[in-house]
Amino acid sequence: MTLALVLAAALAVACVVAVALPFIREPEPESDELDDLDDAERHRLALLEERDRALAALKELEFEHRTGTVSDEDYRAQLGPLRRDVASALQALSRDQEEGRPDDARN
Amino acid sequence: MPELGRAALLVTLGLSLYALVAGATAAHLGRRRLARSAQNALVASFATTAVAAVVLLAALLRNDFSFTYVARSTSEALPTAYTISAFWGGQEGSLLLWLLVLTGFGAAAVSLNRSWARDLIVWVVPVFAAVSTFFAFLVVVVASPFASQAAPADGAGMTPSLQNPYMLAHPPLLYLGYVGLTVPFAFAIGALLSRKLDERWLIATRRWTLFAWAALGIGQLLGSHWAYVEVGWGGYYAWDPVENAALMPWLAATAFLHSVMIQEKRGMLRVWNVLLVILAFSLSLFGTFLTRSGVVNSIHSFTQSSIGPWFLAFIAVVVAVSLGLVLSRLPQLRSPTKLESAISREAAFLYNNLLLLALCLAILWGVVYPMLSEAVRGEAIVLGRSYYDFFLRAFGLPLLLLMGIGPLVAWRRASLASLATTFRWPTGVAVVTGVLLLLLGAGSSIPGLVAYTFAAFVLATIVMEFARGTRARKALGAASWPSAFGSLISRNRRRYGGYVVHAAIVMLAIGVAGSSAFDSVAEAKLARGDSLRIGDYTLVYRSLDERASANATEIRATLDVRRGDRELGTVEAGKNAYTIEDQVSNEVGIRSDKLTGEDLFVIAEQIDPDGSIYFRVFVKPLVNLIWLAGLVFLVGSLITLWPDRREQRRLVARASEVGIPATR
Repeated sequence: MTLALVLAAALAVACVVAVALPFIREPEPESDELDDLDDAERHRLALLEERDRALAALKELEFEHRTGTVSDEDYRAQLGPLRRDVASALQALSRDQEEGRPDDARN
Repeated sequence: MPELGRAALLVTLGLSLYALVAGATAAHLGRRRLARSAQNALVASFATTAVAAVVLLAALLRNDFSFTYVARSTSEALPTAYTISAFWGGQEGSLLLWLLVLTGFGAAAVSLNRSWARDLIVWVVPVFAAVSTFFAFLVVVVASPFASQAAPADGAGMTPSLQNPYMLAHPPLLYLGYVGLTVPFAFAIGALLSRKLDERWLIATRRWTLFAWAALGIGQLLGSHWAYVEVGWGGYYAWDPVENAALMPWLAATAFLHSVMIQEKRGMLRVWNVLLVILAFSLSLFGTFLTRSGVVNSIHSFTQSSIGPWFLAFIAVVVAVSLGLVLSRLPQLRSPTKLESAISREAAFLYNNLLLLALCLAILWGVVYPMLSEAVRGEAIVLGRSYYDFFLRAFGLPLLLLMGIGPLVAWRRASLASLATTFRWPTGVAVVTGVLLLLLGAGSSIPGLVAYTFAAFVLATIVMEFARGTRARKALGAASWPSAFGSLISRNRRRYGGYVVHAAIVMLAIGVAGSSAFDSVAEAKLARGDSLRIGDYTLVYRSLDERASANATEIRATLDVRRGDRELGTVEAGKNAYTIEDQVSNEVGIRSDKLTGEDLFVIAEQIDPDGSIYFRVFVKPLVNLIWLAGLVFLVGSLITLWPDRREQRRLVARASEVGIPATR
């Protein structure tokens, strides 16, 4: 019983230390703000996802055409729109980069 | 020392509650140190739950009957392996296992993703903590595994049907599956709360969902085999509520694993995917409720308890809060793209989703109907096998066919001409198979014949996909055919691992159709020397013996088995009488034909004092394909789960472009 209580107390103390650790390590931090993505970063992340999605779709179309899963007719019908998707995703990204530069320079 | 166990669980409850309140506050106010502290609390709650688990396991192994749970679940004579399985054999222990796995998964998921998706994790922690608080509350207040008493001389022992090697793996795997579905739920709700509905919550949870889904699938198959060899009624799936309880979240998770591909590839079905994750998690809670509350009569439900209302209240809160959150985030969840054609891969996946969901909801209705009828009319009306079989055929057969069609249709849109070319060979194989089977007499069961024909179609598409893909890889410069095959799989593990899983489902369908649509049964009371015929088998009852095992008296009848003129050896069937538990179990005799996958299944239903026995004998064609399907399913799941370095590099590059730390 006594040993159990000692072990339980030790466990509780260890947990309190673990929970308090961020405050013990940084008692007076320069900033306690969460390092969150801002709207511009979130927008950029969405554009990057769109670019990767378009590139992956194009790559998959190429491979499926090569395997014969996608016929010549379907391949020709889809290649143009997919290439346009990739191009517009890349353009949107470079536009975003250019618009972001003045801010970068200020920072 | 039950006090240590109790204290450890109390600390777990405190930590979970702290992680919930501190985590939510930190996320809302944007406080970094508080958020980190809440994460630490979640990780620490795993450590304290592990301490409680070790205390219970030690008590079981020491047969410390001062623990009420140990005295109720084990006895001195119980073999050690089953003493360990008693951990999850009873209600309190299984709830502790739920909590242990939950906190372990929570700690791992948070630790693995806190750099890469830290803005998301901040909101995921309180969601995890809310679930963990509920389970910690249950094991602290409602159903403690550490209740103590004056130790009796011996324990009450274990239900005989649970004294089976499958019980070492089947329940833990189901729990890994049930609890694993908390991870996608926590991330989905975290993403909704934080309004960070980019792809990261899907990426962070993809492998967790796959793992949970695979564990649920394998767990169910092991459970079916347990029912087949142990319960002794001649089947492997009885549409029992508790069996259905595991099947429903698996079906919802299967739907999600397919529809999530549409979101990843086309940016569509965002609302649908979140709803499927909520459904899968709610059904996993419902499954645990069914198993543990004793609300339904089931061969798998070993308890009557008071946890039911708590569970129902928690499920209601989860569903209400989740749906409210989805409604409030509908504008952000709107998809930028639309379905371009009804003949496309995304459309096929959508049909697959609708069928899976329809099957899931039909089963759910079958499960809840007896409860509702009892509540309304005062009489529980159970929907029988025919109800479930009808929906299995109505939704399962088209699903089987779609499994072959979906992967071979192009994304966005496909022309009818190209479909005709693509499906020329698989359709040919299916038609030839159907005609051959019809000529061989398989027309006695139309659903069985249709299942075989569709199975042939799907297998043909899978073989074709592997063959075409390997040929393309070889043409792209692979050194040899094996390396082309290897590179095909390693470059797209999800797709080709998925095909292996599809092959497993086809084997399962063939096994189920064979053993249920084309099986035969014979019954007879035999004295020693008498024989019984079933199909081309002849069984002769030779002898009846009695022997003692560690904790039971085993009575076995030996029968000689002959097929035509060939002697196949003997098969033993009988009963075990468990002294401490004061129960008798059926011990069936099974003789498997490794070449055809057929089983001869013998049950000694009633043994009379004069030694005569009432036997029931089944012949189950192709039933062993079901168990083999489990192995293939495992291989396919491992392929899809295996880490993909190319994808990791792509994600790291994308993250670094936005300035998110690239470590995961």
